[in-house]
Amino acid sequence: MDWLTTVDHKKIAILYLLGGGLFFGIGGIEALLIRLQLIKPMNDMLDAQTFNELITMHGTTMIFLGVMPIVFALMNALIPLQIGARDVAFPFLNALGFWTFLFGGILLNLSWVMGGAPDAGWTAYTPLSSSMYSETHGVDFYTVGLQIAGLGTLIGGLNFLATIITMRAPGMSFMRMPMFTWTSFVTSAMILFAFPAITVGLVLLTFDRILGANFFDVAGGGNPVLWQHIFWIFGHPEVYILILPAFGVISEVIPTFSRKRLFGYSSMVFATILIAFLGFMVWAHHMFTTGLGPVANALFSISTMLIAVPTGIKIFNWLFTMWGGQVSFTTPNLFAVGFIPTFTMGGVTGVMLASAPADFQFHDTYFVVAHFHYVIVGGMVFGLFAGLHYWWPKMFGRMLSEPLGKWTFWTFAIGFHMTFFVQHFLGLIGMQRRIVTYLPNQGFDTMNLISTVGAFLMGVGVIIFLVNIIRTSMKPIGVANDPWGDGRTLEWTIPSPPPEYNFKQIPLVRGIDAYWKEKMAGNTEMAPSEPVGPIHMPSPTILPFIMSLGIFIAGLGLMFSGEEFSNSFMSLIFNNWIVCGLGLLITFGCMLLRSLYDDHGWHIEPEELEEEGV
Amino acid sequence: MMKRWQVMKRLLPMLAIFTLLLAGCGREDLSVLKPQGPVAQGQFDLIKLSISIMLVVLVIVFALAAFVLIKFRRRPGQTEMPEQVEGNFKLEVIWTVIPLVLVLVLAVPTVKEVFAFGEDHSNDDNAIKVKVTSHQYWWEFEYPQYDITTAQDLIIPTNRDIAFELKTMDVIHSFWVPSLSGKLDTNPDGTINKFSFSAPNEGVYLGKCAELCGPSHGFMEFKVKSVSQESFDQWVTAMKEPMVPIEDVALAETFKNQCLTCHAVGDQGGSSGPNLTGIGSRETVASILLNSDVAGEYTNPVEDNLKEWLIDPQSVKPGNKMPAPKDLGLTDDEINGIAEYLANYKLDY
Repeated sequence: MDWLTTVDHKKIAILYLLGGGLFFGIGGIEALLIRLQLIKPMNDMLDAQTFNELITMHGTTMIFLGVMPIVFALMNALIPLQIGARDVAFPFLNALGFWTFLFGGILLNLSWVMGGAPDAGWTAYTPLSSSMYSETHGVDFYTVGLQIAGLGTLIGGLNFLATIITMRAPGMSFMRMPMFTWTSFVTSAMILFAFPAITVGLVLLTFDRILGANFFDVAGGGNPVLWQHIFWIFGHPEVYILILPAFGVISEVIPTFSRKRLFGYSSMVFATILIAFLGFMVWAHHMFTTGLGPVANALFSISTMLIAVPTGIKIFNWLFTMWGGQVSFTTPNLFAVGFIPTFTMGGVTGVMLASAPADFQFHDTYFVVAHFHYVIVGGMVFGLFAGLHYWWPKMFGRMLSEPLGKWTFWTFAIGFHMTFFVQHFLGLIGMQRRIVTYLPNQGFDTMNLISTVGAFLMGVGVIIFLVNIIRTSMKPIGVANDPWGDGRTLEWTIPSPPPEYNFKQIPLVRGIDAYWKEKMAGNTEMAPSEPVGPIHMPSPTILPFIMSLGIFIAGLGLMFSGEEFSNSFMSLIFNNWIVCGLGLLITFGCMLLRSLYDDHGWHIEPEELEEEGV
Repeated sequence: MMKRWQVMKRLLPMLAIFTLLLAGCGREDLSVLKPQGPVAQGQFDLIKLSISIMLVVLVIVFALAAFVLIKFRRRPGQTEMPEQVEGNFKLEVIWTVIPLVLVLVLAVPTVKEVFAFGEDHSNDDNAIKVKVTSHQYWWEFEYPQYDITTAQDLIIPTNRDIAFELKTMDVIHSFWVPSLSGKLDTNPDGTINKFSFSAPNEGVYLGKCAELCGPSHGFMEFKVKSVSQESFDQWVTAMKEPMVPIEDVALAETFKNQCLTCHAVGDQGGSSGPNLTGIGSRETVASILLNSDVAGEYTNPVEDNLKEWLIDPQSVKPGNKMPAPKDLGLTDDEINGIAEYLANYKLDY
């Protein structure tokens, strides 16, 4: 119950981690099934329809429900701590964001047991995703489920923006913010601009499918290529929404374990902003083969290649952060230094893809599959593993086992390269993506086998990580404030795990890497910027949970509004929009309740703070 | 020991790239890395250029990373704080300018090649015009200059520009012959995509559908058969011949009533299914049942393949639009008879 009503950012972070971890596991199992199917030519382990459902759900789950919530978990756990705040700006909204994400994700995955998962690819290109060519409710689950989950992301992004803009500790100017907070800030801004595009797209597709509109239907005057534009205007920034926080993690981990400040802090900040800006300028490079014409292709080629410049700045800055430092190879740092070459390889193939005429050959082949897995797994997931191992003691008060962590790294990293490196060549020798099987003797056989074996090795890495978590959770809580010994930012100044109110007194920040600066000045803790006083806390509330449940019910009602049930009661309540209306009533009722009932929260008095011995 | 291993880890992928590149890989009739025509050659040159640039980048980054990780690792007993370097304006400018230059080196030929690829050959009198229409899950090729239509096997003469016009009857597909040219989508919105390629050498090239188009997306392949000009002319003539009649009157009637409502053979039949003229001399049945005179693990004589397809089309290509002949009331004998007739329907060219 405590967990259903919490509005504490640290607990919500753990919820995000659990939810994201669950869907990450589901997406991972889907990936292993895909690789098993492709282990040998003309394999008939899975039928073609199931295979298409698996690839669609693997992509959708991993992007929206797997890595994104884990990013949100880190952001939730750390942003308030890194900027010296007691919580996020809107704790109630924060909880609401989590619950809408969870219910959206559950709705999407219900499709497996409720008559057909989405099968039109995670990009859901029309007309394949229209009700004419995708007749099950699969794509309805996709549009409605993602809409609800996307709501949570948008709420979360707005919340982080407000938090970072308004709640920084005294002295923490923008140019003194830790890099992870910076990249989270830019990411949140990107969410603010990118998610409305997918929201609109999903609404239009829902209208087409459920209400018989014609936005993407040629016969009714619509245009399927419009969907591609809308999808990628969201979709390309989404890639950077994923990778920028990973950049932030790397920018925190490498300096700590090199015992050096980040090289070229201000150029890192501007590179981040530039990447975000360019991220919105390049969506059409996903559509070179649509036939946009040479002028558009040339312009989008060049704008895409330009992203290599700020990314290159980052790579070299990280390398020069380690230069002259004392690099220790802890698990987080293994993942961080492993990230650099891996992400560079994903980056250079990105520039290759940017060259439109060459992309006519790469597009929709395994070369592309290899490329974006190098970026998303080799970049993003390596970054997340680095971040999770790094901040685990802060979040849970227990150190993850280092030997097991190293096993995780080596199995995962070796498995990763085995899986995806050969896929570059599979693409170049003519294997297109999303195919359920392939004829033998085309040169595909051996490399597909290697790839599948690698995928299972990655799976072993993930299992070792889970074992590590379980073993760690048996240990008693009790690590120091700064367990790595070289923490540089504010989160390492408070106990692990932090108390509910984070900071007894909001600290005074005197420079970049605030904690390290105090250490160098010979202090053991931050100078406070306020006297000890009562701390205002928001009340826990069940409303976000119920509101999300309402949206979930409304979504189901909408999806099945046109369904012909054999049961007359079901027909009555679904076909007359009763279920949909009931769901909306619950949600709006909760909103009304929250507006009318004035909750002032509660205070932790100074005496209590002393009692806890903080 | 540990550090040598790490160096190796960084060098191995690169060595692998070089080995594979030098050896060249894939089949000549399929691989992007073994281009068989000028368009694919132009694209391959660009790929080579970009790979070379990227290898330079990778070598620099990997070497730097290896050096840093070996040289600056923390030694036992190190307690003093390393010097805190803020940044270095000169260095940062250098690694902004170098990628810019590299991007420029790649951007110039890219733009040149983009416009070359965009050239329109559809008004070129010397070019063979082919209208490609994609269907779930087969390809239709219409030659407006000769007034003939065929399916699955695209026959072209060597050394002539083939000017394509691409469209689709249903969802988006993508027309791709890796060893001859990059791919281009077939759009449902009425926009006709145009491009062209030519094949200097005789041969059969594998073509694929590259855009997810439904359950049988992976089975939607086709062949491009490049033949001499004389053979091509003979093929055109043979295609225009009237339908070879079926001797058995009852079977001929069944064939006409059940098959020719959708399929065309010679001068007879409808056009909603693939044209079957000369299907006996095609490379495949339904694009994935490979024809061969000798039966192998995955190849069978054309007649066996036709039977397999006619007995259960859904198991060969799930989701395709062809009704199972048995559901139409055809008996096994009729199916065998039609398979035999079609298998012997060969074109001489």
